[in-house]
Amino acid sequence: MRVYLDYAATTPVKKEVLEAMLPFFSDDFGNPSSIHAWGQRARKAIDESRAKIAKFLNCQSDEIIFTGGGSEADNLAINGLVMGLGSPLALGHPSQPSLELRSGHRHFARGIPSTPPHVITSQFEHHAVLKTCQDLEKKGLAKVTYIRPNKEGIIEVEKIKKAIRPNTVLISIMYVNNEIGTIQPIREIGKLIEKENRNRLKENRNQYGKQKLENGKTNLQSPISKPISNFQQPLSHIYFHTDAVQATEYLPMNVDYLHIDMLTIAGHKIGTPKGVGLLYIRKGTPIRTIIHGGEQEKGLRAGTENVPYIVGLAQAIDLIGRQKTEDGARVINLRDYFIERVTKEIPEVYLNGSKTLRAPHIINFYFKNIEGESIVLGLDLEGVACSTGSACTSQALEPSHVIMSIFNDHFRAAGSVRFSLSKLTTKAELDFAIKKIKEIVTRLREISPYGSKKKEKREKKEGKL
Amino acid sequence: MSIDSLYNKKVMDYFVHPRNMGEIKNPSGVGRVGNPVCGDVMELYIKIKSQKAKGKNKEDAIITDAKFKTFGCGAAIASSSMMTEMIKGKTVKEALKVSNLAVSEALGGLPPIKRHCSILAKEALEKALASWKK
Repeated sequence: MRVYLDYAATTPVKKEVLEAMLPFFSDDFGNPSSIHAWGQRARKAIDESRAKIAKFLNCQSDEIIFTGGGSEADNLAINGLVMGLGSPLALGHPSQPSLELRSGHRHFARGIPSTPPHVITSQFEHHAVLKTCQDLEKKGLAKVTYIRPNKEGIIEVEKIKKAIRPNTVLISIMYVNNEIGTIQPIREIGKLIEKENRNRLKENRNQYGKQKLENGKTNLQSPISKPISNFQQPLSHIYFHTDAVQATEYLPMNVDYLHIDMLTIAGHKIGTPKGVGLLYIRKGTPIRTIIHGGEQEKGLRAGTENVPYIVGLAQAIDLIGRQKTEDGARVINLRDYFIERVTKEIPEVYLNGSKTLRAPHIINFYFKNIEGESIVLGLDLEGVACSTGSACTSQALEPSHVIMSIFNDHFRAAGSVRFSLSKLTTKAELDFAIKKIKEIVTRLREISPYGSKKKEKREKKEGKL
Repeated sequence: MSIDSLYNKKVMDYFVHPRNMGEIKNPSGVGRVGNPVCGDVMELYIKIKSQKAKGKNKEDAIITDAKFKTFGCGAAIASSSMMTEMIKGKTVKEALKVSNLAVSEALGGLPPIKRHCSILAKEALEKALASWKK
């Protein structure tokens, strides 16, 4: 028996997805930018795909930007927004600058020294978000606050509230943590930001509205034209981005319900081939492209559209829209069965992250006294696929930044393993996996220098090692 | 055994069937190296037959037994196991000449990011011998 329990790393391409894609490889192969019939057929396919996805996200078709995957979408959201703020080239930038859209960078352009805009994210984001933020910091383009998750693996709304500064322009928090599977309070954060933005608008109008009347010029110029301290500057609008890569299949994805401005989806986590994703960008969000070239995707993502993959992505999303609830409940049952048996039947195994605020498909265990890679390797030999941390980090030797952010414990980071299910997973597969996990854990604990109580006692007594 | 493995056949063999795994009661020397920060911890136990004959160098003593215990990845387990095999029966002097590269080569090579495991095995041996010399 071979059991794949690494669906959070990637998923097989769904049959329906592949079928939808096939005509667009060799038959309807046109370039959507071409005006002839070939091109227009491809254009139509993309338009239809966009409409399907817009329905799923409850947004407008032109608020969806197709990308080469989740990482690119995250990069576009963060870099694009920070670069785009105040730039007249940014999409969504008002032609008449207004106080309502005070930006962090506008004062740079005017040569007035000030602090760069402020970004809030979490310590356990995917590296596509984390490293992008770190890079902005290095370049001096942003100051970033990294919120630490609590012991349950949840980012508390209250902590975000406290971190907000007058010049905060972006908050990026993932919907579901990709390593441990905990669900973040995205809707609550979205509501908080919306409320904060409303207050800021009022505040800005109260403080600077008068000046507009006096000099009669555009309202932006008066507070900016003379050097004033940050505290006197208008408050920035805060945009909210969420990386929803691990949430797409199971959780609410209505962007209005969630109160978000930008949202990332990756195709290969939901049954498309690798190499396609999207970023939802709410109208009015000032964002600049990070890939320059043609005018595809409203100029926000140059490069000839990947027509078959975009069609596949729309098909995968359409399938989810139709199946969400029924299959989700089945996966939750399997997940809880798996957690129950592994933690009860194997000594010293602990679940990482909240048991209840958890996506249906991701489970992460801490196996005390043994190391994760050897567990993955041992299970692989027995036909069971799982992973240490995320697949993206297994090439690096660093301990899981997710486990470290929650527990600050190297043993726990080294000994944690992720199992991720899908709608294809069966109970028989889990039973097989549990049997093999028991075997490998027992064997590795025999090899490990830790865990022998007798020995630890002796060492303590002798005071050696 | 799967051919789609991160490691070669030999490394996998030593991972699945580690030789000399365990502890030695009343060892002549023990070396524990590594830490959970880097993800690997090795413990090497050695038993050395004392040389009573006069004029004989201490380093000519023979390592009669070697065992290991390892917390770590597949390469760490295989490297420590291979090290115990390579030093068993050798004199202390000879054992000290076993390089980390030799361990890696005996295993048919390690992936570049795992070479530090063979270095760790070498350090464990050095530490064990140092504790014996004391």
